Amino acid sequence: MLRNGLPLIIVFVTAMLLIVAFFIPHKPFGDLESRFLNWYSIVAGFTFLLGLDSLTRHHLVRVIRRREGWFYSLMLVLSLFTTLALGFYSWIRFKDPFSAGSPFDWLYRSMIIPLQSTMFATLAFFIVSAAFRAFRVRNLAATLLLVAACLVMIGNVPVGSDIWHAVSRLAHSVFPRVDAGALGRVELFATVKDWLMKIAQTSAMRGIGIGLSLGGIAMSLRIILGIERTYLSS
Amino acid sequence: MKFWERVSGVDRRILYAVLALAVVLPLFFRPRPSARVSAPVRDAYNAIDTLAPGSVVVISIDYDPSSAPELQPMMLALLRHCFSRNLKVIITAQLALGLPLGDAALGIAAPEHGKSYGTDYVNIGYRPGGGAVMLGIGRELRGYFSTDTRDVPVDSFEFMRRVHNYRDIAVVVSLAHGAVADWWVQYVGARFNEPIVVGCTGVNVSSMFPYYKAGQIAGLLAGMQGAAEYESLVGRPDKATKGMLAQSVAHALIIALLVVGNVGFLLSRRRKAKA
Repeated sequence: MLRNGLPLIIVFVTAMLLIVAFFIPHKPFGDLESRFLNWYSIVAGFTFLLGLDSLTRHHLVRVIRRREGWFYSLMLVLSLFTTLALGFYSWIRFKDPFSAGSPFDWLYRSMIIPLQSTMFATLAFFIVSAAFRAFRVRNLAATLLLVAACLVMIGNVPVGSDIWHAVSRLAHSVFPRVDAGALGRVELFATVKDWLMKIAQTSAMRGIGIGLSLGGIAMSLRIILGIERTYLSS
Repeated sequence: MKFWERVSGVDRRILYAVLALAVVLPLFFRPRPSARVSAPVRDAYNAIDTLAPGSVVVISIDYDPSSAPELQPMMLALLRHCFSRNLKVIITAQLALGLPLGDAALGIAAPEHGKSYGTDYVNIGYRPGGGAVMLGIGRELRGYFSTDTRDVPVDSFEFMRRVHNYRDIAVVVSLAHGAVADWWVQYVGARFNEPIVVGCTGVNVSSMFPYYKAGQIAGLLAGMQGAAEYESLVGRPDKATKGMLAQSVAHALIIALLVVGNVGFLLSRRRKAKA
């Protein structure tokens, strides 16, 4: 009873207090919310320790048992603790880990920035490879997606505007009655891109957002009312 | 027909090399300011531009170095805009690794406008907690940020003495590469009726547009193009403007590859159907 019942009671009472505090932000509920927020921040800080513990255990086990890719796990653990050590040293010695000239600042500028930038930049290469090999017009939906993607890509960069202005001038040279300036101001690619972003994709995103929110509310209610108890299982 | 099949089966390393050239070579050309400014960027600009001098703007660095090529130019352009309008700037972060990026941008923008730390801007740093920190600032900023990143009490700065919660903050700008911008909108914009301007990466823009269309955010800078447009509005074309040429060529290359790949695919499908 105590093992299962007590956490359910704590969840229910806390949730009710926070809901009441949201709608009545005055004493005593307002102060309670403030206190809960402080507790949440402290707990959030400790989750880093939890993550550190979990990550280290997982990778040390891989290293000790010589599982496939153990060398990468070793590198991860060594990098993790080197970063931690340099961070603490810089914090104590320079008062701020990011102080100019501190070892942690050097690590940040010489390792973390280039490595993170490289990881993100490699995405471009994968996108190109995927676009070339996997993005195929197999059916109507895929064709529509491909056309929309091309229009957004071309409408989102200045070269799209250049192409449209060139088309406008070409139209004027072939049909002199066409006003190249007025046609150029239409900015067809950018206009189509704006329409796709503001109307077509926003409608879809709203649907997804509403679905996610309703799902979130339903799940929250299930947890508050003690129907959903998977978080209790160890 | 064999030509198209051969082209569509080209080694991926050749594609990588072509893309690398498409990105690098345009960087050597002179940048051209963005002629067209989209409505979301203009709204973001106006949200800052219409503030009275001395108003307080919070810029939250919710990104880390991985997204810096897109978001750092926004940060710099926004700081230049704020300082040119004599606004007071508070820098904070929801990602600890983003803080030095804020310092780097301040190191460029502040001297350009003769602005000094403590008088015109303050960096209050990072606290864990995400949404809890955002809600907490709504009650009292000092509950979370009693000192700045240098451990100096925020009350030792004159303009910070009058900043207690969102009632004293004119606009919150979130430069985010993830879901943090959603938190600002949901926790701060919705609850405290605080004007929020969002700067996000290109891949995140689709999740931000519903907020913009619903009027839940005052303006939206989307990706490098958004940063380039803001730079042109501020009158200081910089890295985003320069990067747009490279992005243009890269987009054109991807479209060309899509066309080539699909022509090869359709031809081979037709051949198989005949056989």
